[in-house]
Amino acid sequence: MAKVFLKDVQKVYDNGFAAVKGASLDIADKEFMVIVGPSGCGKTTTLRMIAGLEEISGGTITIGSRVVNDVPPKDRDIAMVFQNYALYPHMTVFQNLAFSLKLRKYPKAEIKKRVSEVAEMLDISSQLDKKPKALSGGQRQRVALGRAIVRNPAAFLFDEPLSNLDAKLRVTTRAELKALHRRLNTTSIYVTHDQAEAMTLGDRICVMYNGEIQQVAAPMEVYDKPVNRFVAGFLGTPPMNFLKGKISSSDGKNVFILTDGDIVELKNDNGQLKSYMEKEMVLGVRPEHFTVEPFAGQSNNGIKSQVNVVEPLGDRKDVYMSSRSGQKFIANLDPHTAIDVDHQVTMYIDINKAHIFEPGETGKNITISKN
Amino acid sequence: MNGIHIFLLCLAALFVLLYALQPKRPKIAFTYLRYIVLALIAAMVMAPFFWLLCSAFKDSSVLMKYTFLPPIMNWAKEINLSNFRELFKSQPSMEGNVYFWQYIINSLFLASITTIVQMFFSSMGGYALAKYDFKGKKIIMFFMLASMMIPGVVLLAPVYKLIVNIGLMDTYWALVLPGACSVFGMFLFRQAIVGIPKDLIEAGRIDGCSEFSIYMNLIMPLVRPMTGAFCLVTFLGSWNNFLGPQVYINAQSKLTLPVVLNQYVGVYANQYGVFLAGTLLAIIPPAILFFCLQKEFISGLSSGAVKG
Repeated sequence: MAKVFLKDVQKVYDNGFAAVKGASLDIADKEFMVIVGPSGCGKTTTLRMIAGLEEISGGTITIGSRVVNDVPPKDRDIAMVFQNYALYPHMTVFQNLAFSLKLRKYPKAEIKKRVSEVAEMLDISSQLDKKPKALSGGQRQRVALGRAIVRNPAAFLFDEPLSNLDAKLRVTTRAELKALHRRLNTTSIYVTHDQAEAMTLGDRICVMYNGEIQQVAAPMEVYDKPVNRFVAGFLGTPPMNFLKGKISSSDGKNVFILTDGDIVELKNDNGQLKSYMEKEMVLGVRPEHFTVEPFAGQSNNGIKSQVNVVEPLGDRKDVYMSSRSGQKFIANLDPHTAIDVDHQVTMYIDINKAHIFEPGETGKNITISKN
Repeated sequence: MNGIHIFLLCLAALFVLLYALQPKRPKIAFTYLRYIVLALIAAMVMAPFFWLLCSAFKDSSVLMKYTFLPPIMNWAKEINLSNFRELFKSQPSMEGNVYFWQYIINSLFLASITTIVQMFFSSMGGYALAKYDFKGKKIIMFFMLASMMIPGVVLLAPVYKLIVNIGLMDTYWALVLPGACSVFGMFLFRQAIVGIPKDLIEAGRIDGCSEFSIYMNLIMPLVRPMTGAFCLVTFLGSWNNFLGPQVYINAQSKLTLPVVLNQYVGVYANQYGVFLAGTLLAIIPPAILFFCLQKEFISGLSSGAVKG
């Protein structure tokens, strides 16, 4: 059990490419931290630097109370589960699980005891004599997990461990992983590009983009209060809608005027929007915060739109729409809503849950930054 | 017209007969033809071995009299072990009497040591080239490839000079050291190792392996087919090596089989029967090795040919 600290960690490759630009992260003891981001954002590089598989170009990494910058992977007291399992194909499941203990010269009886316990925990006791190629994807995943657990390390590192499983198995294994973490209570750092995994597994989520940490917070906080436009757009399926316009004042009230002329009345902001008046901004609205009926007390925030595509999904309807000026957005509606392609409708926004961002890919969320 | 001609004519006649009897089902006749052709090719391949076997056991007085075996009524007189008896007689030399089994042991020892040393260094070199990134790697590989273009015979004189200068003449080091790091072997192992996922090596590093332990415990078991094939090829190369021992070894008691066998047929000797008996014995160790490593050899040669 250990805390893991990253302070200004950098990774610059020989060709000058900066994969990680000064990442600082404080992972508490027993915490399940999920690092999430799109491909090439530096999340795997960060994990590999924690594991010691990648040299760091700057900053410090501390595991427990020890700075491990120059400590080889085997002495960091960490275990890693790889994306493609990385099981030793010439060894049986038992030998795979026992390998690290054998290298650390544990007594034979102790090895056998530990392997049996872990195999039982992961329900692979009957597979111990088989070679990895005789196992299914899910079983291989369990063996890879077992190989990490059997050593009882200070921290677990997971590098997209579920991405090779089929969709159904991924969901069940995800739940098992969460239960396993609760049982083992070991600090875990989990890298994924799958936001569903991030939301469901993490005690906290660290969103990375372009080699930089964008936000670190509990899953619902990241979802409800994204610090910038990238984080807002990355989490959520379908993603948050971004509508261009500007903040203005009308009859003493703050309003957001969309480029197509529709006006959305903003909530009382205690003067924090003053410095953004008449500037180009982006209104962020999650698909579930659109309705065809106005929200209580918000009758003046409708957008006249046309329905382009309707996707009935059973529990909801995803409706792809465009405003009069052609701004596209998606709304999650009740599955029984009477709406069809080419209908002209006014979509209402729950303004209490909308966000206003500065323009740009990582434009700041001005509605939460001054709270 | 001799017996073989008559035999071949009979086979051809049988084909015509089969074809004529079943004109609607020519497949039977052609299947027969296919087997006959294959059997004849097999016989052609096997013939030299059979000839060797026969000649080794024939009395030297009738060696050239019969192509293969003498008539069965002469077997008692003309088939015997005289060639082998002659072969195993002691040979006087500067270092005293030397027996034939000494040469077998020399050859076995030298071939085994050469194989082990080459396998060890080639696989380690191959592993480094496949999985480590270091400065100058491309240049090193280019020079290694270029060195493969130089025929070994061209290097004989400089290597001889080197061996003399460092005082290794008349020792087995002179035969083992120059080929200890085989460029061909390194490339062979590199190709086999390059396909092993990097994650496996990293998993080993995290599990607690040292770099040598990764090589021994993870890499070598995974390239076992290639190792088997390489060992077989190297062993055969060393076993059959004539030029090296002929040039670097002077003492009769240190000579290997190819050089000694050559001494039976030369300017000063023409004991073909003894030579053939020795050759027959010389085939046995590599044949045993081949049967032991056959599985590895076949899969080693075809590994990497298709996506696995």
